[in-house]
Amino acid sequence: MPVDIDIAHVAHLARLDLSADELEGYKNQLGLILEHAARVQTLESDATMENAHPLALENRYREDVRRDSLDRDEVLAQAPETRDGYFVVPPALESE
Amino acid sequence: MNWEPVIGIEVHVELMTESKMFCGCAVEFGAEPNTNICPTCLGLPGALPVPNRKAIESIMAIGLALNCEVMPRSVFHRKNYFYADLPKNYQISQFDVPVCVNGYLDIEVDGDTRRVSLERAHMEEDTGKSTHIGEGGRIHSATSTLLDFNRSGVPLVEIVSRPDIYSAAEARAYASGLRAVVAELGVSDARLEEGSIRFDANISIRPRGDETLGTKVEIKNMNSFRSLERAVDYEIQRQIEVVESGGEVVMETRHWDEESGVTRSMRTKEGSSDYRYFMDPDLAPMAMSPQWIDEVRATLPELPGDRLQRYIEGGLEPALAGVLSGSNKEMRDLHDSAVAEGADTREAANWVTGEVTSWARRHGSEDSEIPLTGADLAGLLRLIGEGTVSSSAAKEVLDGVLGGEGSPAEVARSRDLIQITDTSVLESAVDDVLAHNPKAVADYSSGEHKIVGFLVGQVMAATQGKADPRAVNELIRSRLDGS
Repeated sequence: MPVDIDIAHVAHLARLDLSADELEGYKNQLGLILEHAARVQTLESDATMENAHPLALENRYREDVRRDSLDRDEVLAQAPETRDGYFVVPPALESE
Repeated sequence: MNWEPVIGIEVHVELMTESKMFCGCAVEFGAEPNTNICPTCLGLPGALPVPNRKAIESIMAIGLALNCEVMPRSVFHRKNYFYADLPKNYQISQFDVPVCVNGYLDIEVDGDTRRVSLERAHMEEDTGKSTHIGEGGRIHSATSTLLDFNRSGVPLVEIVSRPDIYSAAEARAYASGLRAVVAELGVSDARLEEGSIRFDANISIRPRGDETLGTKVEIKNMNSFRSLERAVDYEIQRQIEVVESGGEVVMETRHWDEESGVTRSMRTKEGSSDYRYFMDPDLAPMAMSPQWIDEVRATLPELPGDRLQRYIEGGLEPALAGVLSGSNKEMRDLHDSAVAEGADTREAANWVTGEVTSWARRHGSEDSEIPLTGADLAGLLRLIGEGTVSSSAAKEVLDGVLGGEGSPAEVARSRDLIQITDTSVLESAVDDVLAHNPKAVADYSSGEHKIVGFLVGQVMAATQGKADPRAVNELIRSRLDGS
């Protein structure tokens, strides 16, 4: 059974502007993926430590040493709008 | 109705590492905007984060100092939300397995000690800094936003208390106590005005005696201990008024406006369940072995609370112990080593927090080395105790010692400050002063006994402070009463 999800809400969280047809299509596809994930969750896993990847890595750190940063002009040249060394974006608290 | 406020406080501490949490860009306050940025802290696709070991050891130190348990294993999560100052659209933070859990901090309010319990301390990265421009520069009326990503990725420790604080005064005491611990550890500048330590408060009210918590409101943007206290006070009153006028408190985030002294509602777009936390696959789990924890524990300095206790147990009254404990390390060490050289703790503390501190202030060397050893201070106190110099002359001796003129005994001799013990010299000085002040003598005879103070002052001046004021006082009285 595909899992029922609130696809409009998920689309909003990802800031995706989808048509009604697209919403329906992705709702079905994501539902199937979640159905598969639900099957994986039935596996006996009490003895397995939760991890985000299969490699048995731990404690991978860097020492607290500075390295050169990027050239500011080069970085700002990529931005649509800049001013006095800052990136400029629309106001943060506009209502939707 | 009698309402009880319940407060929880979240404290964000920016760590004072050389480099950022997950990349090698410099951590530097006040740098030109967007000069300390790289693909990792700009969230460019493909850039991979590598955690800073010093930052992990700093949060372990904070946890241990706050009596927390350091978890044997801890992981990073992604907290997903859209905001312009967050270039990856997620913040690397921690969720259900933070580095530190279950601690406490003892705070002092009105002379009483209270233990505030802590839920956790977790590691995360700071966001970029937004400056809202437009009419009045206020967040509500901004027309556009400027972004500086120098702060993006600076290591940040979030310390979360339980809802275990019950007044604005306690909130302030907790915040300042926490700041003192962090500053002592040397892991952060802990400067409120620069935002390297920031406080948010969760506030709710409930009828006194109730066990369940009311609806909480989060308040932000308090940039001093005073504004934290004012904001909490304001918000408690606001909620009481809302409820007593038949309304309901709405769960929301409110912004403290320092100028007008009120909190204002901020629109927020996502609830916490929408953060979609999941383990960051770019980062390996952290494993804190007992041995590593012990190594960090061994680096902890004496903490403010322990130090205060030590001074009180050493014989200082709490008020003076508090002043000394709050003094800088240079001053505390001076007191401690003078006591080790045999000085009385109270006398040493009084001199250190009084004369020595004001000398340091006058010479602008409050935080640098004071040219005075514990042995010098103990020696000076001994000269006073033995009656070799008067306490007023002792201030001049101190000045000479601090000026590099030699030991206290040497300065007392070279500046000719040794107290006059020869009675005949004192008597002649007293007789001289009495002869020159017939009016004062007459006032005394007519019952104006307070005039003795004036006469003692005259004798002290005539002897350049080398007389023992008590002996002079006695001598004057006996002369006047006898005549």
